[in-house]
Amino acid sequence: MIEIIDLHKSFDSQKVLNGVNLKIADKEVITIMGKSGCGKSVLIKHIIGLLMPDRGSVLINGVDITRLDLKELDKIREKLGVLFQGGALFDSLTVYGNVAFPLSEKTKLSKSGIQDRVIQALEDVGLKGMEKKYPAELSGGMKKRVALARALITEPSIVLFDEPTTGLDPIITSSIHILIKATHEKYGYTGVVVSHEVPEIFEITDRVAMLHNGVIVEVGIPEEIQNSTNPVVRQFITGSHEGPIEV
Amino acid sequence: MERLLKIIGSWALSQLRTIGHMFVFLLNSLYFIFVPPFKFRLLLRQMRFFGNKSLLVILLTGSFTGMVLALQLFYILRKFGSEALLGPGIALSLTRELGPVLSALMVTGRAGSALTAEIGMMRISEQIDALTAMALNPIRYLIVPNIVAAIIVFPLLVAIFDVIGIYGGYMVGVKILGISSGTYFSLMEDYVDMEDIMVGLYKSLSFGLIVSWVCCYKGFYTGYGAEGVSKSTTEAVVMSSIFILIWDYFLGSVLL
Repeated sequence: MIEIIDLHKSFDSQKVLNGVNLKIADKEVITIMGKSGCGKSVLIKHIIGLLMPDRGSVLINGVDITRLDLKELDKIREKLGVLFQGGALFDSLTVYGNVAFPLSEKTKLSKSGIQDRVIQALEDVGLKGMEKKYPAELSGGMKKRVALARALITEPSIVLFDEPTTGLDPIITSSIHILIKATHEKYGYTGVVVSHEVPEIFEITDRVAMLHNGVIVEVGIPEEIQNSTNPVVRQFITGSHEGPIEV
Repeated sequence: MERLLKIIGSWALSQLRTIGHMFVFLLNSLYFIFVPPFKFRLLLRQMRFFGNKSLLVILLTGSFTGMVLALQLFYILRKFGSEALLGPGIALSLTRELGPVLSALMVTGRAGSALTAEIGMMRISEQIDALTAMALNPIRYLIVPNIVAAIIVFPLLVAIFDVIGIYGGYMVGVKILGISSGTYFSLMEDYVDMEDIMVGLYKSLSFGLIVSWVCCYKGFYTGYGAEGVSKSTTEAVVMSSIFILIWDYFLGSVLL
């Protein structure tokens, strides 16, 4: 279970998170949505421990990761898988090297054991046969799928998706959403998805949280969010220019 | 007046903070050099990176430095009737001073700038965050292999620079200006001691550390976007070059 309590974060004088509170249950997929630059990625970086808050806590399975030293934090990170916005694939490694990297560095699996897992992971994301390609030779959608395979290769209990479909066309976006749903069913991880792909994202998520002005203004199942009377949520879903969200 | 003092004070504090941050980064990196697991494959890759990127430029600058030295020294020595000292003059200038300094400046421009840009690109494309998120220490994976590689490769490049420079001087001094080949090399043996070569070695080792430290630091903490990486690359080259020249003076005064 992930629990975010009264999280505050500022960069210089700019307040980004202003008291975020959110509980994420085990094995659920929650989507955090909000306009670009509202702090969604900052929030996800706090869950990974890449950023430390000015105030507040992030509890993962009851452990406050903001108070851990690096060694203890790394133990928590071993349970996480992260799909970064641009994929964050290592340019110098092939597709195989990228997906195998967490296994070869963090486990004592044999070469053949790693190979079997990598081939299976690439098959899961529909990229079997692409092992020898380098990231520079892949399209945006393929990079995201390789990154997804890498994020899932260690079978983490929590997977964080930072805008997994940004910059992709609707067909590839839909295929990534289907992949997230399929891999969630297969591995049963707790998923945190940062996205502003509405309403498509509602199909793969259990709950949706709306981040606005540094706080979560509404949380609910997709139907509740779609029927919400909150003007911020309404404006975001309808994509209207007029409303409380400043364009 | 008060405002001016505030501006100067805040600038000085920010510089002090940066220097402190740089030293913490260096100490952290040096610590991980001695803590297993060691990344030998990455070390070999980075040795190739430094050597491969810089070899041609070292060969070119080394040969022309030796040739120019021969021309200038011959002109000066002839005034005192000491043309025979051309060989030792060139060898001493190269091994003690010009070899280490010019090599370091050239490697900074060639491999150092590429290193900052590469690490900077890894930062802005979240590859460094990805390493951290996998519970892997980016200092161990990215910085340590570069620092160790530079410390190993710099003396080798300086040795190549010195040898090529001495032969460049030979081409001009012996083949063009007419000094005998025996005089050029035999007096070199008499005047150049092991101590002179060691001075060059100490300098090249420390320059390797300086260049890799500054270039890695600037890449690791680069700014946002392509502009940030370009700014970091320029800063890395300028700062490394200044540090090399300042450190060369201090080390020169101690080792004289």
